[in-house]
Amino acid sequence: MLLDVGSLAVMGVTLGAMLGTAAKLLAVPVNPIEEELQALLPGSQCGQCGFVGCSQYAAALAKGGTPITLCAPGGKGTIEALAKRLGVSADTDGHEEKGPEVAFINEDLCIGCLRCIGECGSDAIVGAPKQLHTVISDACHACGKCFKICPTEAIVMKPIAPTIAGWHWSKPGDTHATH
Amino acid sequence: MKLFPIMGGIHPEYRKELTSEKAIVALPLPEALYLPLQQHMGAPAGTTVEPGDLVKKGQLLARASGAISAAVHAPTSGRIEAITEITAPHPSGLPTLTIILVPDGKDEWAELPDAIADPFAVTPQVIRDRVAQSGIVGMGGATFPSAVKLGLGTSHKLEILLLNGAECEPYLTCDDRIMREHADAVVDGARIMAHALGAPKVIIAVETNKPQAIEALGKAAAAFDNVSVAPVPVQYPMGAERHLTQAITGRETPARKLTADVGVVVHNVATARAVHDAVRQGRPLLSRVVTVSGGAVAEPKNVEVLLGTKVTELLKFCGGAQGAKRFVSGGPMMGQPLPSLDVPVVKGTSGILGLTLAETKEAEPSPCIRCGSCVTYCPCGLVPVEMASFIRHEKLEEAAKIGVQDCVSCGSCSYICPSHIPLVHYFNYAKGRIAALDRERRKMEQTKALVEAHNARLERQAQAKREAAAKAKAAKEAAEAAAQAQSSTQGGASA
Repeated sequence: MLLDVGSLAVMGVTLGAMLGTAAKLLAVPVNPIEEELQALLPGSQCGQCGFVGCSQYAAALAKGGTPITLCAPGGKGTIEALAKRLGVSADTDGHEEKGPEVAFINEDLCIGCLRCIGECGSDAIVGAPKQLHTVISDACHACGKCFKICPTEAIVMKPIAPTIAGWHWSKPGDTHATH
Repeated sequence: MKLFPIMGGIHPEYRKELTSEKAIVALPLPEALYLPLQQHMGAPAGTTVEPGDLVKKGQLLARASGAISAAVHAPTSGRIEAITEITAPHPSGLPTLTIILVPDGKDEWAELPDAIADPFAVTPQVIRDRVAQSGIVGMGGATFPSAVKLGLGTSHKLEILLLNGAECEPYLTCDDRIMREHADAVVDGARIMAHALGAPKVIIAVETNKPQAIEALGKAAAAFDNVSVAPVPVQYPMGAERHLTQAITGRETPARKLTADVGVVVHNVATARAVHDAVRQGRPLLSRVVTVSGGAVAEPKNVEVLLGTKVTELLKFCGGAQGAKRFVSGGPMMGQPLPSLDVPVVKGTSGILGLTLAETKEAEPSPCIRCGSCVTYCPCGLVPVEMASFIRHEKLEEAAKIGVQDCVSCGSCSYICPSHIPLVHYFNYAKGRIAALDRERRKMEQTKALVEAHNARLERQAQAKREAAAKAKAAKEAAEAAAQAQSSTQGGASA
């Protein structure tokens, strides 16, 4: 009897100590969901969500209480992905979908100041000092940073016209067409 | 020939008798032709003419751009009026870039490439090049560039070229008429295609409701050992590529694979005729046979139409379609509603239907009664009721997991549903939405890669700057130390 109790007690103490040290030694320093959420965001640090960058927005999302609809360049796809990961319903009703956009430089107004090029996180603008700049529309993800910094308001955000290749049937019952 | 059963499918009222005995007639030259640069799957063609140019019949107007694309030729001689956007013959009604050609009435031919005298003596590549040069696409309606499909022989070991003359869509009789009236051209085209594919055997599959076509093809094929005609049962959607392959060979094509993976390539009979014209006469694809039918059409006909002819002209030729509830391009099962009649006939337009209210079978959907008919009749072995309920709740991933992307959109489920639930509409929406989400995801990945490259470059620049600064600092310090050492030795010497 004494032997049984004693051996179990010893086992309990040692295993407990092992688990305790393991928990300390192998502790995960950051909230893992933060990294997962960050992976779902575009990573261009455009700041349109109101946070400094994507990692800060991800941190705020992980903590909770922040709407998931703030990422403008990510669009509806990102909102749905975030909603799925966080297990909340994607309430896109209050969120006004702008539709895909692309930055466009008005050549008459561009003075070649290079500021937009410095802002662009995805290298979508080419140009040289005092030379006309232009946007590579395939690389632009419409974060709008160049639009904000342009001193001559030469940059506008243009909606991308729907194409036949990108068109699909809307959901039965939906009255407005989806592009 | 031993046939194999296919699952599911329906037997709609065919109503082919409206046009099946109407021989193909040519449409008089219209006042203008509207030739979209995109009449095929893949990238739009790139124009080779300018507004104001005078062109001859058969001259190249736009060349294929990219691996999957098709050329566009002038269907008659005339002047290029403009290259502008007009409404596309597509349910979206979106604009598409189009060459407008005003015929001069002379119908003068341009210099065509030489006929290939013995197509079986040249390499398959020569045939494929000719087919590509002629702008031929799948004429059954899928409009996939034929030259690309004829190249499958280079990557797959093929046994059979299956020529699709099933024409299982109700109303349509254009393939039936081509098989009856141009059986020799169809068989010859098929043999040329088999040579291009490296397939030893040709089987022409025709539904048994076209006995005259079967007879005509049988006569034309009698001289060739490797060509046979296979009558297949009347069952919609027998003409779907995978189903026809299964009916003839018993081989099931795996999901998201090609029939070529089971040794079979399927081409339409009208495509075979176009290949015959291109190879034997050097003629590019300039016209196609269109079935104009439906209860609202005054004089249903099979019409040989120059590509680019407006649908309004075609309907006028057939006595108009007063009281039509809906106009459809293609068959009533898988065809697409036309956004307007002011759109051109393109390479994939197999039919123009003017349907009356009774024919459209429109009804308000009511709740599902769980009868299971859609499951019984689905020719792909899917569960439409469950997929639709997932899609209704926007659970696209779950719908994809139970195979919504394997749906061929044949519409059998919608046809059979006693509650009139627009099942296939749900699946078309889901397939489109999944593809759109996929494009968005790819764009996001691309943006991420660009942002990472950008940040890595900035980091490299900063690192280089730091190193340069450190180097400069070290050099400066060394110089100062040296100067100090010198001054101290000098000082020592002077002392």
